[in-house]
Amino acid sequence: MNHDSYPDSYIRGILNTVKTIAMVGFSPNTSRPSYFVFKYFLERGTRVIPVNPGHAGKEILGQKVYSRLADIPEPIDMVDIFRASEFVPGVVQEALALKPLPQVIWMQLEIRNDEAAAMAEAAGIKVVMNRCPKIEYGRLSSEISWMGINSRTLSSKRGQILPGGVQRMGLGNAGDKKSD
Amino acid sequence: MADAERTPGFNTLAVHAGAKPDPTTGARATPIYQTTSFVFDDVEHAASLFGLQAFGNIYTRIGNPTCAVLEERVAALEGGTAGLAVASGHAAQLIVMQTLLMPGDEFIASKKLYGGSINQFNNAFKSFGWNVVWADPDDIGSFERAVSPKTKAVFIESIANPGGVITDIEAVAAIARKAGVPLIVDNTLATPYLCKPIDFGADIVVHSLTKFLGGHGNSIGGMIVDAGSFNWSRDKKYPMLCEPRTEYSGIVLHETFGNFSFAIACRVLGLRDLGPALSPFNAFLIATGIETLPLRMQRHSDNALAVAQWLAGHPQVAWVSYPGLPGDKYHALAQKYVPKGCGAVMTVGLKGGYDAGVKLVSNVKLFSHLANIGDTKSLIIHPASTTHKQLTDAQKTQAGAGPDVVRLSIGIEDKDDIIADLELGLK
Ligand SMILES: Cc1ncc(COP(=O)(O)O)c(C=O)c1O
Repeated sequence: MNHDSYPDSYIRGILNTVKTIAMVGFSPNTSRPSYFVFKYFLERGTRVIPVNPGHAGKEILGQKVYSRLADIPEPIDMVDIFRASEFVPGVVQEALALKPLPQVIWMQLEIRNDEAAAMAEAAGIKVVMNRCPKIEYGRLSSEISWMGINSRTLSSKRGQILPGGVQRMGLGNAGDKKSD
Repeated sequence: MADAERTPGFNTLAVHAGAKPDPTTGARATPIYQTTSFVFDDVEHAASLFGLQAFGNIYTRIGNPTCAVLEERVAALEGGTAGLAVASGHAAQLIVMQTLLMPGDEFIASKKLYGGSINQFNNAFKSFGWNVVWADPDDIGSFERAVSPKTKAVFIESIANPGGVITDIEAVAAIARKAGVPLIVDNTLATPYLCKPIDFGADIVVHSLTKFLGGHGNSIGGMIVDAGSFNWSRDKKYPMLCEPRTEYSGIVLHETFGNFSFAIACRVLGLRDLGPALSPFNAFLIATGIETLPLRMQRHSDNALAVAQWLAGHPQVAWVSYPGLPGDKYHALAQKYVPKGCGAVMTVGLKGGYDAGVKLVSNVKLFSHLANIGDTKSLIIHPASTTHKQLTDAQKTQAGAGPDVVRLSIGIEDKDDIIADLELGLK
């Protein structure tokens, strides 16, 4: 995978299949980006499991915080990393020890570690670096367009409104074409 | 996998960017969401929206789905990460500067700008403590010499209104980058069809949508485009972007919104607090206008070049200032920055001076005598007897509005009819 630019289909495929996300480096501070992402995916019905040794055992928005990936008692589809690039190899090693293996390792904006990515990819895990899943979800569902943001997608198909509200969009049809 | 996704061209973006079929009704044209406010799904949803944790609509002063179509369209055409539509071109400049400057700060501006912008900078902005330092686009070194520790931004026009001055955007961008401040380019006269300032190093692009983007002389509007290129946190110089905002429970906008944080700051701080929102109806008219932008801009430019050539050979014309003419001072820069054409606007010096100017605007039948540019219709104004009447002759000449000067904005009518009308006016 070329990690400088990802095809929309690759990102869409990941966000469409992932049902359980473990967030490593999660902060319970409600003004931090990790909290925003946490809350956003919870509101979409995704299972999101916070991981932070400093807050292990607490419950945030009803979700139990774990100390390490190995402590999580259920299979994880995606590990979302909110740690600086130099800590990524350690997290990837922990992820590679999970059974079953996660399908995706995602690193947030400004976070990139190519060696760690290669390690994960060698084990058949999909990798995304230097992206935010909330922004990508907003972009590909067209929700982010409400904020005047260039979604770099065009489509002559109607977007999909999620049940349970008018201001929530799904990844259904919107955005067939790249436009940057 | 990557090659399966095509990158659409400019004409396709002009028609489609931002405007997918309406998810609720399937309407293919962009609906005019003429509403002040939007219901929340529930209390939790409302809290997420107000906390900037969810994307969505709250209140039309802060955002509106019709305005959002226009924002995404202009952002896509300029190659930016995000746009913010506001009530006028001047409102765009106000919000950009309010986001970047604190009282006592300075910004550097080209002295060859639209006269209204010169007024705004010299008067309103000075009264806010944002001090303009003027530089000369004909002497790029003057931008460098104007840099001080208080400098927060540099402002230029790609093609200046009205004299057709073309600024060396790349050279000014290099100076701004060295100074660690963003370059703001007013791209009103060129539009992204003729020039994309972001490709030459602009960090922020502003527009008066009133002119060529709307294009039909029916709506006032403005736009801010975030290039996504500037690092707002590096020197800690921009507190609106790099410091925790108490009004949003301590979030740091640059950290949270990354490469579109400037556009978000302009929306959730500037537009929210200062208030110059664009009406959804205007957004609809302007977004519809943009669908034909490439066709119109090419015709404007082709017609204008033909008119400039004809005028340059007319016995009563002393000079024509239009960068499309081979002998023009800015012709070389034009070939680099606006190779497809130089747009619609030119100034003309009449040998007969003030009286000849008055006679011309009075005698024409196709040209409309009014204070605007960028309509489908050809427009004319004699600044010395109208917009600049209060000034002394010396001040008029200094402002490029001497008694002999007429400004034209060439429309998209048949060029032979435009020329015939000028011929009649000059008789
Ligand atoms: C180059 C330029 N910038 C800004 C403006 C101001 O725009 P508005 O009239 O939409 O406020 C104008 C208007 O003439 C203009 O020509």
